[in-house]
Amino acid sequence: MGTSVFYFVATLTVIFSLMVVFAKNPVHSVLYLIVTFFTLTVHYILLNAQFLAVVNFIVYMGAIMVLFLFVLMLLNLNKDNEPLKSTLVKVVGVVAGCCLVVTIVGSLKATAISDPVVLRNPNLGLVKNLGKELFGPYMLPFELSSILLLTAMVGAVLLTKKEKV
Amino acid sequence: MDIAFVIEKFVLVAIIFGISLLIAMYSTYAERKVAAFLQDRLGPDRAGPFGILQPLADGVKMFMKEEIVPSNSNKWLFMVGPGLAMLTACIGTAVIPWGPDMTIGDRVIPLQVTDINVGVLYIFGVVSLGVYGVMIGGWASNNKYSLLSAIRAASQNISYEIAMGLSIIALLLVTNTMSIGEIVANQHGWHWNVLYQPVGFILFMICSFAETNRAPFDLPECETELIGGYHTEYSSMKLGFYLFAEYINMFVSSAVMASLYFGGYNYPGMDWVLVQAGPVIAPLIGTAVFFAKIFAFIFFFMWVRWTIPRFRYDQLMHLGWKGLIPLAIANVVITSIVIAIIEKF
Repeated sequence: MGTSVFYFVATLTVIFSLMVVFAKNPVHSVLYLIVTFFTLTVHYILLNAQFLAVVNFIVYMGAIMVLFLFVLMLLNLNKDNEPLKSTLVKVVGVVAGCCLVVTIVGSLKATAISDPVVLRNPNLGLVKNLGKELFGPYMLPFELSSILLLTAMVGAVLLTKKEKV
Repeated sequence: MDIAFVIEKFVLVAIIFGISLLIAMYSTYAERKVAAFLQDRLGPDRAGPFGILQPLADGVKMFMKEEIVPSNSNKWLFMVGPGLAMLTACIGTAVIPWGPDMTIGDRVIPLQVTDINVGVLYIFGVVSLGVYGVMIGGWASNNKYSLLSAIRAASQNISYEIAMGLSIIALLLVTNTMSIGEIVANQHGWHWNVLYQPVGFILFMICSFAETNRAPFDLPECETELIGGYHTEYSSMKLGFYLFAEYINMFVSSAVMASLYFGGYNYPGMDWVLVQAGPVIAPLIGTAVFFAKIFAFIFFFMWVRWTIPRFRYDQLMHLGWKGLIPLAIANVVITSIVIAIIEKF
């Protein structure tokens, strides 16, 4: 049962991710991306990582994508005012894309199929266990990453105030 | 998974869904009656005795109206908008415990659909999704006023979500659990969380007003500036869904406030009642108490609407970012210091 649910959700994830790329309208792209994040949330639940699932739900679906949507709606991009790309740029894009495909296929051929990872503690994703891990053995990296986020925030505020300083 | 479990949950979900819709329906009536009471008028009194059939009349009117889809709008998203608003309004009820466990025969029936151990975060996630209904509807209408209003609504909701999350953190420090079932069970008798977190409760309540777009935070549908707000282009039952979703949101956030801060189904003297009334009737009394608390909150929502004038947009942002968020952070810091001192001695 678990495996079939996984394959169903994984198929949906791939389909919606492709829709993000192929949608003509940028707002539609963002909406498909939201659905993609939702399927990722389901994946986390299948892995018994409840906290990560709900945080992915709140942060990516509820906050970041709202901001994306916000910006796109304000810009109101559509086909009429989209700048036309020259033929040279298109050719370069195609060549770069083909190179990427060759690289990915080459590296996939070289790697062996890995064994499925067996979790030492299947309840690691529950809030209490995750908190103990994060504030116990992984205290330093956790705090450092929070400082990194703070730095980014201060930088963003500073950029908007550039003229006044 | 045995079949009785599935039936039990299905019945519970159906009852809760029905009750949410019924309460939302009669909230529209109550709103007009409360408004009339506060302004010394009579209010709707034509349809049935005391105008009690007014919501039905309104519903029929909504269904009968012509359905207009603007010609340059995005047809599909125009339809998705109100549907999403209704969906996100309804799914929040899943983690709320509506009463203590009921014992019929030797079977214990919890009056809660599911008690996930991240229940508080689930509520928070549903709240943060609520903004999509408004944004998608406003954008798909292809109308400047709708778009402006949708963007206003989004920025308002994002701003107040932060203060709401911080006030929840202070609450979690006190309760030590994220499961709403456990939070309510720990408030047995009169040990309500509002006594330990008064500032947190006030912050949470103000943010709930903002998240449900109720006055004085009803800027997304500020008629004097934005014609009709994000639903300017909507008509018929699609408009009805948007208006209805607001009332369901009000009901759900009242239920959340009652269960997180005001003890849910707990009331002083409940142990005595349990002994007197037995394990089937006593939980029902608890549920009745819970609903009394919810109705008190809904009345409070309406009372505020006719008392406090609408904020200006810059006042709204000032209050959110410079008033509530620093206060919420101070609340978290002070709460954790007090808890650390208590645990030390």
